[in-house]
Amino acid sequence: MRELSAQKITEAVKKLCIEANCHLPQDVKNCIETCRAQETWPQAQEILDRIKENYEIADAQDAPICQDTGMACVFVKVGQEVHIVGDLTEAIHEGVRQGYSEGFLRKSVVRDPLDRVNTKDNTPAMIYYDIVPGDKVEITVAPKGFGSENMSQIKMLKPSDGLQGVKDFILKVVEDAGPNPCPPIVVGVGIGGTVDKAALMAKQALLRPADSESPIPFYADLEKEMLEKINSLGIGPQGFGGKTTALAVNIEVCPTHIAGLPIAVNINCHVTRHQKEVL
Amino acid sequence: MPISIKAPMTREEAKKLRAGDSCLISGVIYTARDAAHKRLCELAEQGKELPLDVKDAVIYFVGPTPAKPGQAIGSAGPTTSYRMDAYSPTMIRLGQTGMIGKGKRNDEVIAAMKEHGAVYFGAIGGCGALLSKCIKNSEIVAYEDLGAEAIRRLEVEDFPVIVIIDAEGNNLYETGREAYLNTQK
Ligand code: SF4
Repeated sequence: MRELSAQKITEAVKKLCIEANCHLPQDVKNCIETCRAQETWPQAQEILDRIKENYEIADAQDAPICQDTGMACVFVKVGQEVHIVGDLTEAIHEGVRQGYSEGFLRKSVVRDPLDRVNTKDNTPAMIYYDIVPGDKVEITVAPKGFGSENMSQIKMLKPSDGLQGVKDFILKVVEDAGPNPCPPIVVGVGIGGTVDKAALMAKQALLRPADSESPIPFYADLEKEMLEKINSLGIGPQGFGGKTTALAVNIEVCPTHIAGLPIAVNINCHVTRHQKEVL
Repeated sequence: MPISIKAPMTREEAKKLRAGDSCLISGVIYTARDAAHKRLCELAEQGKELPLDVKDAVIYFVGPTPAKPGQAIGSAGPTTSYRMDAYSPTMIRLGQTGMIGKGKRNDEVIAAMKEHGAVYFGAIGGCGALLSKCIKNSEIVAYEDLGAEAIRRLEVEDFPVIVIIDAEGNNLYETGREAYLNTQK
């Protein structure tokens, strides 16, 4: 069985935290450029230009793209043929600790939701494991800012609400969010499963490249339709009006119960961050 | 052409600005987020002196990343303003004339802005690397224990903002969207 030291995991997580926060992924950059080319409203064009200028400065200077360097969401696919030597979970937290301190990133985590004392090292990370075939470990770090996280919503629709209910709910969440989550936004949607599974799928939808489409043709069409609908709301970049309210809509689906139609919408901002490494 | 503004800013100057105006702020502004606002308002309630001069103050809702060696400040873009809605009316009553943030405000804040003469500016959310270039100096003046949420005194030069809500209550989130949608009819 292949062995992998926990130390290697820590090093990878540390590097990914810094990279993700300072370098916007190419897929998100592509969407911003495409939207800029299609934007007709002068103020919106101006804002999209500033957004581009900002991520170029961040790239050139290894500076955080945004000051909210987020909660570190870490998705790990562990091959069942690999043996991790050491404490895997603690190795991930340690990677976050080192990445956020050595990378001059903001520490934005409180130890308890009510007593609100800052942990001062951005731990704990939010970790999700998947056991997969093979002998590799794939780690994705997705720092999540809370300006957009706070605008996310979940709802247990009735099966009779159907496709129309799904469309209405996505639009309602975007409308409720308005200018708050730093539009243009990326909209992650999870449909089906249980209440927790829907929320997790909505977050995982944000890991998919923003310029990709669902492999399921029906949902690829729904993504396109919803992007068009959202971009005719007129909210625009920063909420000052314009076409570019969203850069992408990504939908993940899963089987569900005969009595339910869970849906979660996880809003992300134009600073949609995700970096991956395979060990 | 953007309007040049000096901070601190008087009530008279604040009242001249209109929703949609692009402005460049130069001078001294202060940072504060919810945790700092909470403490300031508690002090005010007890009739105690505040650790900053609120009269004519422009307050930027921001928690920057730590400065790297040689930098005045790390990335420093706006945070969502509605979390300050519980505190801003008190601050405006005490003399604050400008707020810099992003996102919607509630009716109480807008009423206080109209009554006393204050404006709500927006800086571009998610552009912290770019905006920090306009911050020339930063020093903590209170609540160092709050880390990123401490109150800082910033010297800014041509810091770019847009008036979102003016002292008459005009709101760019409504007017901008409406104007754009009218072009789509
Ligand atoms: S919502 Fe996104 S872009 Fe806006 S402040 Fe938060 S992390 Fe930054």
